[in-house]
Amino acid sequence: MIANYGYKDGSGEFFISIDTAKCAQCEAKPCVEACPEKILVIFTDDYDDEVIGVKEEHRKKIKYSCGPCKPITEKRNLSCQKACPSGAIVHSW
Amino acid sequence: MATGKKKEHWRWEESNWHNPEIDWVKARIITAGVDVGSVSSQAVIMCDGKLFAYSNMRTGSNSPDSALNAINWAMEETGLTLDDLHYTVGTGYGRINVPFANRAVTEIACHARSGGFMYGPTVRTILDIGGQDSKVIHCDSKGKVTSFIMNDKCAAGTGRGMEVFADLLDIPIGEVGTRSLDVEEEPEPVSSTCVVFAKTEAVGLLHAGWSKERVLAAYCSSMAQRVLSLLNRIGIKKDLVITGGIAKNIGIVSRIEDKLGITALKPRYDTQIAGAVGAALFARALIEKDN
Repeated sequence: MIANYGYKDGSGEFFISIDTAKCAQCEAKPCVEACPEKILVIFTDDYDDEVIGVKEEHRKKIKYSCGPCKPITEKRNLSCQKACPSGAIVHSW
Repeated sequence: MATGKKKEHWRWEESNWHNPEIDWVKARIITAGVDVGSVSSQAVIMCDGKLFAYSNMRTGSNSPDSALNAINWAMEETGLTLDDLHYTVGTGYGRINVPFANRAVTEIACHARSGGFMYGPTVRTILDIGGQDSKVIHCDSKGKVTSFIMNDKCAAGTGRGMEVFADLLDIPIGEVGTRSLDVEEEPEPVSSTCVVFAKTEAVGLLHAGWSKERVLAAYCSSMAQRVLSLLNRIGIKKDLVITGGIAKNIGIVSRIEDKLGITALKPRYDTQIAGAVGAALFARALIEKDN
């Protein structure tokens, strides 16, 4: 399943897409600890798979929560993507 | 000084129903699904996988009470009590506050599960336009979610936005769709970014001499555009179905279909009960898994 967390507003589209089929295969889930803003959480989904998702409190402000990893003037440093061994995390912006 | 009582045009009709041809006493498995949404709550009761009864009403300020009211109204005149239900699944915003539920399941998974039951096995994309959010869900032939996206950041493109316009224009919510089609030429849509801005724009258009129908057409078109951008974000796989209260609004549905160039499958049941139907189907699968 591709779970899209985020929103679209007047300033653009801000979604983090997580491929839960890939995510469920990974036991360590190092992305959760790697995220400096701690926006990711491990939970059991409706199909009883242990996967990651974006914490409820960050979903409507994800542009700002992820802001520190996305400087405008420097090269992006997406810790979550680097830590994910299966390429299950995609950012839309 | 005389004061006039303003009509509440946003109030949609609540309903309950049960199938008199089904004798629940003979049923092997009785399951229930309760969908406590932000605006409306539904309860669905199934006997051996067949739809037996449902209710559809407004959500109050208290989720446990709303869930109880919905299930009690669905069971009204059937002789059923809560003790007769073998398994209940709660879903929707208030899913963790359904006191008699055995388990909570997200509304995303429930809508996907109900697609086949409500519209047939060819459903692959579900557009659910709820009271305060809209979602696009892709599912497989078994009703399992393969992808989803949700817009719950603002009221634009949701049922609440339509209620605001019904009140503004003094048009009963049930007539909004048909009256929005009563225009000679489709006007430019109003703002699709924000309901407050759209309402301000609509007031200006009314003052400029636009008819109510034309303003409604501009809003319906804007709403269709808003949900379309959500649909385009994850793509559309045939067949498409539209659920939620807005699926009853022909003005929105026909504009979405026109813009997409495809026709959505027509529902066999009340489109607002889709989440609760999915929850009742989940309940059946879970009880069978446990046994």
